[in-house]
This record gives sequence, C-alpha cells and structure tokens, in this order.
Amino acid sequence: MLIDLFQKTRRTSMQMKHQAAEERPDITCKGCGRKLNARTYGKNLYVCPYCGRYSRLLARTRIRQVADKDSFRELDAGLRTLDPIGFPGYPEKIAELAEKNGMNDAVITGECTIGGIRACLGVMDSHFMMASMGSVVGEKLTRLFEHATHKKLPVIIFTASGGARMQEGMFSLLQMAKVSGAAERHSRAGGLYVTVLTDPTMGGVTASFASLGDIILAEPRATVGFAGRRVIEGTIGETLPDDFQSAEFLLAHGFCDQIVPRNRMKQTLEKLLKLHAAPKKRRAKG
Amino acid sequence: MKTASERMAIIHQPKRPHIEEIIGAVFDDFIELHGDRYFGEDHAICAGIATLNGQPVTVIGHRHGTTTEENIRANFGMPHPEGYRKALRLAKQAEKFGRPVICLVDTAGAFCGVGAEERGQGEAIARSLYEFMALRTPVVSIITGEGGSGGALALAVADRVLMLENALYSVISPRGCASILWKDASREGEAANTLRITAEDLLSFGMIEGIIPEKGSIPKNIKKALEAALSELSREGSMDTLLEKRYQKFRKIGVFAEKTGESGFS
Repeated sequence: MLIDLFQKTRRTSMQMKHQAAEERPDITCKGCGRKLNARTYGKNLYVCPYCGRYSRLLARTRIRQVADKDSFRELDAGLRTLDPIGFPGYPEKIAELAEKNGMNDAVITGECTIGGIRACLGVMDSHFMMASMGSVVGEKLTRLFEHATHKKLPVIIFTASGGARMQEGMFSLLQMAKVSGAAERHSRAGGLYVTVLTDPTMGGVTASFASLGDIILAEPRATVGFAGRRVIEGTIGETLPDDFQSAEFLLAHGFCDQIVPRNRMKQTLEKLLKLHAAPKKRRAKG
Repeated sequence: MKTASERMAIIHQPKRPHIEEIIGAVFDDFIELHGDRYFGEDHAICAGIATLNGQPVTVIGHRHGTTTEENIRANFGMPHPEGYRKALRLAKQAEKFGRPVICLVDTAGAFCGVGAEERGQGEAIARSLYEFMALRTPVVSIITGEGGSGGALALAVADRVLMLENALYSVISPRGCASILWKDASREGEAANTLRITAEDLLSFGMIEGIIPEKGSIPKNIKKALEAALSELSREGSMDTLLEKRYQKFRKIGVFAEKTGESGFS
C-alpha cells in the first residue's frame, strides 16, 4: 500500500496528463457560453461565476474538493470489468474510456479524512460511460460498505449515474441488490451513510443505494430520477416542466434532506460527521 | 432451444396463465389485502395471505388483468411506488407472523410517469431491495413472464429465485436496448438475444436456482417447485444462516479482473 504512494505508474502519469488537459486555459461554460479562465473556474469549484451552472466533476476533482489535503487513499483500484455477456463493442469502449480518463471504471473508492474525521468515500464519475453501474462499480461500492462496517467508519457516496449498465446485462441489475444489501448491513451495525446526489443520478442507482442514505444531500439543480425524462414524455405525450426531477423537485417531494451548494459541501459533511462521532455506547443497538 | 426473441412472443400470448389463475390453482384460502397505508392502492400489485398445503404464506405479484378494462386498472402490470410500498408492508407483516413470502414476478417494469417520480419510484424500489435483503422469513420468487429491470428486482431479492422455462429477466427491455444501441426499436429481437436473458442464461450465471418446466399445467408445475423450495428452505437451519446465504448469493455476482498492488489515484 505504502509503495503505491511512491510508484509512478502509467496510469498516474496519464491522470496527470488528463489533469493538465482539464486545466487548459479558457473553458467555455456549457450554460451561458462565456469564456472562463480555467484557473479561476477551478478555484470557483467548477461553478460558472456568471450563470451559476455546476460543471460535472471528475471523481478525483471531487475528492480534492471534499477530502482533507493528501488524506485520500484509494481502495480496490485494480478492479477492471470483463465482458460477461459478450456485448458487441463493449471491451473496446471500456479500453478507450480507461485510456482517456485514466481510471478503470466509473467509481473511485477509498478512505480519507474530512475535517480530521475518518470516512469512507465513494465518488462516481459521469465521464466514464455516464457512470453506469456494472460489476466493477457494484463490487467497489460493496467492498467500500464492507470495509466501513469492519472499521466502524461512516460512508459518503457522491452519486452520478445513468443507471445499471446495459452492456453487462443482468450482472448490472443484480449489483443493485448487492450494494443495497451491503448498505443494509452497514446500517444495522450502526454506521452512518450519507448520500450526495449529483448531476445526473438516474435509473438503477436512484433505485438502490442513492436513495438509501441516512442523510441525503443534493447539489443544486442536479437531475435525479428513476425514469428518463424523454421516456416519461413519450409515455404521457407532454413536455415536462424544466424543474421536473431536479434536486429542488426532490426536496419539495420529500426525497432529500438538503440542497447544499458546492462551496459549502465540505463544511456540511464535516458537520454531519462530527454530529455522528458520538461515543459508541450512546448509539442504538442493531 | 428457443431463442430469447421466440420466448418473448410466447410470454406475451394472452392465454398464458395470469396471476389470479396461478394463485387460485396453487394456493387455498387466498385473501387479498390492499393499500400501502401512505398514499393509496395500486392494482398493479396483487397481494395477500393464502395457504400452501395448509401452511400460511404471503403471496405478492404483478397483476395485468384479463380484460381491457382490467388491464387499464392494473396499469398493464407496471406498478407505481405505492404498489411496491404495499408489497413491502405485506412482506414485513409476513416476517412478523413467520410466514414465508412467495413473489410472482411478471412486469415490463416499474411505471415511468410523473406521479411515479413525484412519489419516489426510485426510493420505493431501493427500500424494497434493502428490506428484502434482511427480511427474517424465507422468500421465494418466481419469474413467470417478463422480468423487467428494477420493477422486477424489487420482488426478486429472495432465497430462491426460479424462472418459468420461457420467462425472461433483463436489465433493460430489449426494445429500449435496441433504441439506445442501434437507434432502432424494431431490432428488439436482436437485442433480446444479445442481452442473455433466458432462464438457461441466468441459471448458467448462477443468478437463479432453478427452471420450472412449462410442459403440462404451468400452475401445477409452479406448485411442485414451490413445495420443493420451501421444504429445502425449512431445512436451512437458523434464520441467521438463511440471511447469510441470501446475502452471499447476491454478493458473489459480478465478473471482473483484479490486479492487486496497482497504484491508483491518491
């Protein structure tokens, strides 16, 4: 584990290359079309200073924003998907995305401290196949819950996903049950689980661990739902209002605890972790 | 052996036994129970208490209805959140009274609509997976026709998952898969064959425990399979053993390679 910190592998150098690309000057805001200086945009946590649009974050950018500096230690980085049902074009697609994004699949999991309190952190990355959940995402999150249960640590998951990954067929669908089962055991052992819903969280991820947090936070205007907007519009033959399936819609309907702006996310998580760091004997027995 | 697309045609035949027919032939003394106690009653889920050879059981399944009027009332077997919450209420009731839960799964999927989203379709399914994973009573699920994604899985976290010979169980409808993949919904047959969704496929993946033949009377075969499954489960030992086995059964599903010692992001 320690040697990992010193080793510079092909993957880490690729990540650095990608990081450099991410920080190239002059990014165009997808919301208002204005040119943004990459450095100040990054300092503003990738929220457009003009229109307030939240950019979808790379998992490692998210980790830098919430974990204490240099505290994150990745778990299970070596997991790679195989092609369980022989889906046409799938292995090529995965290889291409792994090369481009410098990560093996759509979630990074690990342990870190936030405000000095240890926590297990899982961050999904929509740049990788829209963070759809196949065997690797399911396995890494299950292991994260099991690790947290074993170490008596809280779990924080930033969700983002198009849903279960079609290309792995039923292997993907059953990850929903697998991760939910691990979340259930973590909860029964008295562990805290905080979900942060980010744009977009849909389908099988909404219908499993994303909805199971003790506390569910969301980023402003994140799209969160079960069925896709176009599917529903097709079913009812009407156009849906803009705020349908937004974080604000969820809050209004009772499915999230609070909408937290990006610049207050770390301090909100710190506060929640502190509130749950009470002596163990005071916790309810499961 | 029939392909998935051939089976798709078979399970959509109107003469295939519907849930009331199956319940009537397999169980005795069925009494239907309604409502989720929060919002309303969902006719797409048929649930209640019955006996199987004298043993009380809770039965929960998707309903399609047999006439057009009933089809509409049952929303063509696609439940809303209140349907899943009714199912969970009755599963918890079964746990309290120590009755096994029998689920009969046949749905194109959970309903996609405005009300379903407003009332938390995702949360309702998630809660079902979470609670069924730890439900302290034996659970047997039978996929009788279409096992459509999360809407089917919500009633298929079980100690024994069985499929009728021609039933299909898929992460996405073949039509949906075809329209995403090839932008052509009419290629659904091709998608069905690609997705590996037949009972034989799932048995080979270790995702189900058995296939129920359809030769002869389907309800009779279901009854026989249920009797065998429940008698096996009654010999499992303690409830903790049963739950550990249920957890491990789902825990082991997934195909991946693992390179240890690989440096990741830190």
